[in-house]
Amino acid sequence: MKPQFATNFPAVDARFDKGDRVRVRKTAPLGHIRTPFYIRGHVGEIERFCGSFPNPEELAQMRDGLPAQPLYRVRFKQKEVWPDYKGPDSDVVEIEIYQHWLEKA
Amino acid sequence: MKDQGTYQPYTYYQLMETSLRELLVEKGVVTDAQVNEVVAAMRARQPERGAKVVARAWVDPAYKARLLANGTAACEELGLEIPALKLVVVENTPQVHNAIVCTLCSCYPRVLLGIPPDWYKSFGYRSRMVREPRAVLAEFGLKIADTVQIRVHDSTADMRYMVLPMRPKGTEGWDEARLAGIVSRDSMIGVAVPKVG
Repeated sequence: MKPQFATNFPAVDARFDKGDRVRVRKTAPLGHIRTPFYIRGHVGEIERFCGSFPNPEELAQMRDGLPAQPLYRVRFKQKEVWPDYKGPDSDVVEIEIYQHWLEKA
Repeated sequence: MKDQGTYQPYTYYQLMETSLRELLVEKGVVTDAQVNEVVAAMRARQPERGAKVVARAWVDPAYKARLLANGTAACEELGLEIPALKLVVVENTPQVHNAIVCTLCSCYPRVLLGIPPDWYKSFGYRSRMVREPRAVLAEFGLKIADTVQIRVHDSTADMRYMVLPMRPKGTEGWDEARLAGIVSRDSMIGVAVPKVG
């Protein structure tokens, strides 16, 4: 799948395609994490492949963040994320998540 | 009587900013002039930059397609330099309403919209916008019908977002400058929609 924004970093291969169902890893490592707590453990669908970017968790430790991690936008149904969500079933939240936080659902 | 102002002690963060800045200047890492220059440049960026992009997309369907495919390249076409920014433009339609938030911090397309409003950075907006967007939008005076899907975009990593609002009825024949005049900052964050009059 072609990324929306091509980058020149040496990168990990992209494992997911648009439409793939993915689960966000439910884990709580220490450090600078860009995966919000509220979405960990939830299942969504790949909306697009943004491009590959240096891993921010590594950058925060003053390392180079390479190889770059593929970054996706993942679409989640609000009713799945918040069981008591007030609104129609069609409402969604979309979040950028790095590949190492995702597994096939 | 002439207003002498009211003495206010520094808040914790103001004190931290001043201390750090003075230390950087003292150690010769940056100069006062450089700091002032950057602050002036930040203040000079206003939401009119984003409004110009929206107005062009409204009048030129080919430009709109390029904007949705690659927001960064499309802004550069209009002479707007947005270094290192990966801009994702999300389009409102009669079926979909988009809104932007950053739950982790306060990521915001500053180069297009300027300095973010305080509410965008508040805990209330950041935590509630993903949890109950319809209630938050209603507080902004925006009622979204249940037949319209709400897409909330949590700006967590390398992308920055801008909403492309729908062109309102009653603007037929308007030129780009006039159209840009009704595109508010809030409509590009997704907490408002452009209105005529």
